[in-house]
Amino acid sequence: MKSLGSIRRDFAPWNDPNAKPYIQFDKVTKKFGDFTAVNNLSLTIFEREFFALLGASGCGKSTLLRMLAGFEEPTAGRILLDGQDLRGIPPYKRPVNMMFQSYALFPHMTVEKNIAFGLKQEGMPGPDIEKRVAEMLKLVKLEQFAKRKPHQLSGGQRQRVALARSVAKRPKVLLLDEPLGALDKKLREETQFELMDLQQELGLTFVVVTHDQEEAMTMADRIAIMDKGEVMQVATPAEIYEAPTSRFVAHFVGNVNMFEGKVAEHTADATRITGATGAQIVVDNGGKAAAGSDIVFAIRPEKIKVSSKKPANAVNALEGEVYDVAYLGDMTVYHIKLDDGQIVRASALNASRVTEDPLTWNDRAWVSFRPDAGVVLTR
Amino acid sequence: MNSTWSRFNITSIVLGFAFLYLPIVLLIVFSFNESKLVTVWGGFSTKWYVSLFHNQGLMDATWVTARVGVISATVATVLGTLAAITLTRYTRFRGRVLFSGMVFAPLVMPEVITGLSLLLLFVAVGLDRGFFTVTLAHITFTMCFVAVVVQSRLVSFDRSLEEAAMDLGAPPVKTFFQITLPVILPAIISGWMLAFTLSLDDLVIASFTSGPGATTLPMKIYSQVRLGVTPEINAACTILIAVVAIGVIIASIANKRREIQRQLDEQAAQRG
Repeated sequence: MKSLGSIRRDFAPWNDPNAKPYIQFDKVTKKFGDFTAVNNLSLTIFEREFFALLGASGCGKSTLLRMLAGFEEPTAGRILLDGQDLRGIPPYKRPVNMMFQSYALFPHMTVEKNIAFGLKQEGMPGPDIEKRVAEMLKLVKLEQFAKRKPHQLSGGQRQRVALARSVAKRPKVLLLDEPLGALDKKLREETQFELMDLQQELGLTFVVVTHDQEEAMTMADRIAIMDKGEVMQVATPAEIYEAPTSRFVAHFVGNVNMFEGKVAEHTADATRITGATGAQIVVDNGGKAAAGSDIVFAIRPEKIKVSSKKPANAVNALEGEVYDVAYLGDMTVYHIKLDDGQIVRASALNASRVTEDPLTWNDRAWVSFRPDAGVVLTR
Repeated sequence: MNSTWSRFNITSIVLGFAFLYLPIVLLIVFSFNESKLVTVWGGFSTKWYVSLFHNQGLMDATWVTARVGVISATVATVLGTLAAITLTRYTRFRGRVLFSGMVFAPLVMPEVITGLSLLLLFVAVGLDRGFFTVTLAHITFTMCFVAVVVQSRLVSFDRSLEEAAMDLGAPPVKTFFQITLPVILPAIISGWMLAFTLSLDDLVIASFTSGPGATTLPMKIYSQVRLGVTPEINAACTILIAVVAIGVIIASIANKRREIQRQLDEQAAQRG
């Protein structure tokens, strides 16, 4: 059986029609004065899911998170958590905890007091608090820093304290607002995996807000791509990348080549597309677009093969000239200027040290791809 | 930067410091004068300090001043802090501009006018002038200074600290006392000290609003000076200067130490 991308784990409640939704945004709208931050948005998140809200700044993703935490109330619509309507419930009574982008560690308290703060609020007895704090410190590997104040910690340590503090109460849902935004690149990559392990270990539902697509792709079970207060697509990272449903999503995640064109005709098992500049493309998954309608054919650079001669048996082959070559070590990126003027980006994995078919600037070249290599977008 | 000591630099610095401190130095020197004549040096002595402590009038005035200062500074700090919180947090209520203008007006209001208007008010409502009215008056005019100091701290306060506390289950009132208050406490303490100092050296407003039995130290000194400066007054002023100077020095040393400690901690944290 064929599948999109690689399979990570056997967890897909969103495909199960009987699965009970855990968090539900039901036609939620949030306005700040005249500005609509979130527009009639509906979204379902399942228990134990690692869910990412991905979008550029100002797309409404943080507002969505703050509404879930209770810092903002929706102007219209409902938010349900485990079947309970959250309207009117103040943040200090919601079974969710948030990890703030600035970490928001209490500067006048030690690390252990910071972690114990939430437990004290719920009236947990002293010995239990001590036990839980010790457990949390162990979890984030900060045992020897218990008596330090936040300003005596490095950025990565502060991030871990903030994390320990927000999971100490065992919330039903953990909200993370740009959790790795303040860390440097190397630390960020390490911490991504730590967060994933933590989520598995604690069995919590995570909702993370981020503007970093790599971060979202690495960590999340599903990603919601947001733009201007609306959800553009909700899907697994592989689906988002391999089967985007709109130009916006295709453009937003990764690199993509776009061919403007029209559906020329549908045959029994394929669709023929005529590009606006004359390119003829055959795809086997364009059935949804009506014949004659305007569409965009989107294809990722690594799905395109570059060769100096026209490949035999290729369904789709377009001729052009090498416009730019960038050697990146693990792969090489070609920019091929087709004879109709369009520039196509293609990347080739350097799987062997020597290249049999070397191409350089101004060489004649062919780009070819399989009929299932790209997607047809109608919007 | 050119750091040579030119003749011009030296002259201006000497003149500047002389202008600022010569009167105070003279006052201190003559407080140790043996002679009863204030302007004639008659040898070193501390007898005026001894006689100062036997001057019941001055001691009473000192006690009144201290009590007025502590009470008015404390009340003004509470009210000023509340005003500052309202002004920074509730930015969109009706009449905010008017309110903030009215809180800060006493900063620029001539003391004579503040004093006179308070006097008129106390007379109008039939309040007997004395300890209570001086304290009230001092609360009124020091409150705005506290509000300014606390407000400047609140502007840079990270609101996500409060959100984090609420998120972790602390209701708003608890959040205020456990998170907000401890974080802005240094500013509140500075505000209190400022209010106390202002109350301590106020002459004009106290003269208007005070009555029999509630003479403050500045009033007492002023009235005695009009009968002729005695070395005893010099001694009293020297003690006042010493108290203020020691307070300022301790505060700045503590501040400096905290700063250095913080820098060291942060460097240590960065090293890992």
